[in-house]
Amino acid sequence: MKLDSRVPSGPIEQAWEKARFDMKLVNPANKRKFNVIVVGSGLGGGAAAASLGELGYNVKCFCFQDSPRRAHSIAAQGGINAAKNYQNDGDSIYRLFYDTVKGGDFRAREYNVYRLAQNSVSIIDQCVAQGVPFAREYGGLLANRSFGGAQVSRTFYARGQTGQQLLLGAYQALEAQIDAGRVTMYPRTEMLDLVVIDGKARGIITRNLVTGKIESHVADAVILATGGYGNVFYLSTNAKGSNCTAIWRAHKRGAAFANPCFTQIHPTCIPVSGDYQSKLTLMSESLRNDGRIWVPKEKGDKRTPSQIPEGERDYYLERRYPSFGNLVPRDVASRAAKAVCDEGRGVGETGLGVYLDFAESIRRLGRSTIEERYGNLFEMYERITGENPYETPMRIYPAIHYTMGGLWVDYQLMSTIPGLFVLGEANFSDHGANRLGASALMQGLSDGYFVIPYTLGNYLASNKLSKVDTGAPEFQAVAAEVEQGVQKLLSIKGKRTVASFHRELGKIIWDYCGMARNAEGLKHAIGRVRELRHEFWTNVNVPGSGDDLNQQLEGAGRVADFFELGELMCLDALERNESCGGHFREEYQTDEGEALRDDENFQYVAAWEYKGPDTPPELHKEPLEFEYVHPAQRSYK
Amino acid sequence: MNLTLHVWRQAKASAPGRMERYEAKDVSPDMSFLEMLDVVNEKLIADGKTPITFEHDCREGICGSCGFMINGVAHGPKSGTTVCQLHMRSFKDGDELYLEPWRAKAFPVLKDLMVDRNAFDRIIAAGGYITARTGSAPDGNAIPVPKASSDQAMDAAACIGCGACVAACPNASAALFSGAKISHLGLLPQGQAERERRALRMVAQVKAEQFGNCTNIGECEAVCPKHIPLAVIARMNRDYLKASWKDRGAVKQDESA
Repeated sequence: MKLDSRVPSGPIEQAWEKARFDMKLVNPANKRKFNVIVVGSGLGGGAAAASLGELGYNVKCFCFQDSPRRAHSIAAQGGINAAKNYQNDGDSIYRLFYDTVKGGDFRAREYNVYRLAQNSVSIIDQCVAQGVPFAREYGGLLANRSFGGAQVSRTFYARGQTGQQLLLGAYQALEAQIDAGRVTMYPRTEMLDLVVIDGKARGIITRNLVTGKIESHVADAVILATGGYGNVFYLSTNAKGSNCTAIWRAHKRGAAFANPCFTQIHPTCIPVSGDYQSKLTLMSESLRNDGRIWVPKEKGDKRTPSQIPEGERDYYLERRYPSFGNLVPRDVASRAAKAVCDEGRGVGETGLGVYLDFAESIRRLGRSTIEERYGNLFEMYERITGENPYETPMRIYPAIHYTMGGLWVDYQLMSTIPGLFVLGEANFSDHGANRLGASALMQGLSDGYFVIPYTLGNYLASNKLSKVDTGAPEFQAVAAEVEQGVQKLLSIKGKRTVASFHRELGKIIWDYCGMARNAEGLKHAIGRVRELRHEFWTNVNVPGSGDDLNQQLEGAGRVADFFELGELMCLDALERNESCGGHFREEYQTDEGEALRDDENFQYVAAWEYKGPDTPPELHKEPLEFEYVHPAQRSYK
Repeated sequence: MNLTLHVWRQAKASAPGRMERYEAKDVSPDMSFLEMLDVVNEKLIADGKTPITFEHDCREGICGSCGFMINGVAHGPKSGTTVCQLHMRSFKDGDELYLEPWRAKAFPVLKDLMVDRNAFDRIIAAGGYITARTGSAPDGNAIPVPKASSDQAMDAAACIGCGACVAACPNASAALFSGAKISHLGLLPQGQAERERRALRMVAQVKAEQFGNCTNIGECEAVCPKHIPLAVIARMNRDYLKASWKDRGAVKQDESA
């Protein structure tokens, strides 16, 4: 396997324009002759399917939900960044680029990030034109706010439902193309494998989740936009259905998996309340703009927050990071919360929580302003916890939220399998070791609206693809394997439920490959994951049959893939002997407890090649170069 | 607390269904309703029985996947709350709960509490969008939008497409759903060019899907987890009426194009 990033040469400011000019074009009349598969209908997939349909390609779009509008992009709350500089506060494309490279702790590709910052500007225009109801000023122009880790106000938002509104914009554009006959939608359909013929991605095998039917779909190119793999942790802010199956099966067919250990722990989630807990709920980090984070100064202080006087509170972020205060990036804020809880100063029943307090903002701005900014979030918090955050501080704790790792892609978003493209959170490309707030929506839409329409055409125009149909032996063979996989899960008939395995796997990964990691723990975790995987394949109980709607069967297939990915995450974390961004190895920290990077030895993308079920994967390294933003220790003090 | 559940069980669309009784024991008030069902399902699996199928995904009240009737009320007793965000502290020990799927001709039951809501997608496909080819947009600040219009558009755009409005309506009308999209886009300057076509096409699709007519009962607004106001139906009716009267020929031509 050879990694060719296809990064253009020349000045970064002109790189994307030059790359676009160098790309081959597909004649408008020929576009309809090409069949393109898009898996996933979120911001990346939905935007791609709609845009490719508009261009005239024959598009098939797949999602496991009952409607493309339910993709998990819908749950993003806070906002989307764009270098518009509408606030006249010193923002620019270069600054957004700079912040993103620095925020990613110098583990992202500079040229990709620069393109992302350039595209951010067009995304806002596109979304406004679609009717996305962004927040506005009284004069009718777009409003902005500052968002975790940024010192300029460049975040556009639609109350606390920005992801929902952006997704509905893409969904509506997609539905218009479905109506026009350019896109065929396959809801309640799950991709279970990728078909590679003559070294090129030529189609997928799916399971109809209602009838259980295994089906083959042929294409000239396959685009995966299936989101991240945060649910490997079981408890995460992801939707229950979010899974890694599409990218993991593609990995097993030859797509390199990059930086799997780069996972993001979000600092502001509602703490766990019991063993039955099925998921964690995020409280947008926009709350950190007006909320102050604190814990008692004394260990084991069981007084209610109102009984603790000002002088006995430790506003630890403001104390440790005076210039960024409560707005430090996510990885820094999460680790700081863990540190105070580890000291025994955590709050709530479990001691795993810190206060996010709005009392001062309510005094300064008035309750109505706070309500206008965060009303729906406060309501959601009260629904879940039964506590009123206008009167008592919220309790929050970090939780897994986003995965920076994903399938390796080149500058054109193509994986190591020609013809297989990967967009959005499913790829590894733009966020390095830590993603900044309000940048996920930006990347999904940039990839879907403004990158893939060009790079896909370039691939199709530069490759002569042979004619293939589902009768090809490769399709027959992969479909048979998928069928066998389904039957195998059903035939085990063991004693433990799918959820019990998933919960146990998640606990291992959270304990040893979560907010802090060390070599010993990671080695231990790898052993435990292997044992548990073995038990899964001999003792899981999947009731029902494969030929109808069977939610347990769907879950079992996904958990089976999480086992393998979880092991690779630990291996990747073990191999990376440094701390960077969300990857914090306890052995590598500064005297002040901050992440200690090792640029000399680890300034690379770790791309893992699958070598078979019982063979260790092979590590390939893509060295990273920094010509524009010079690596320095991130400091938010 | 301990609860008794009566749940609609139906193996597939073509099979007959029936209510089945289950006991939910040691339920914590901090559980969400769906977490309570998860626990019931784990026990059913352990006992060699078929778990209850219900639709769910984000469990944050935003994806719109979940929803069923609890004692005859769509999404259950708590106002402005989807079933996934409903917590067991809203119930008390000994409660007897009847869980049934959305009932509407346009929403056939697929299995147990899960229904097919693709009719909603087809209504959006008929006209619930603003045509703006990728790449063709002017600067985001080129068209100022009065804050009040933008806020009202956002109120309507908050719809999550769960279908509770249809389930609650004695006529199984989709007026609140279609009205929400027509209002969201019609309140914005960007949405004016297609405003009449949108109303005509979406309303026609609602009819084709065999949803019932709206008779202004208001059950939909009462159960809507996002508090979409009835005013959106009035806006839809106004747009539809205006479009039907005005230049009918031109719109028809456009439709056949």
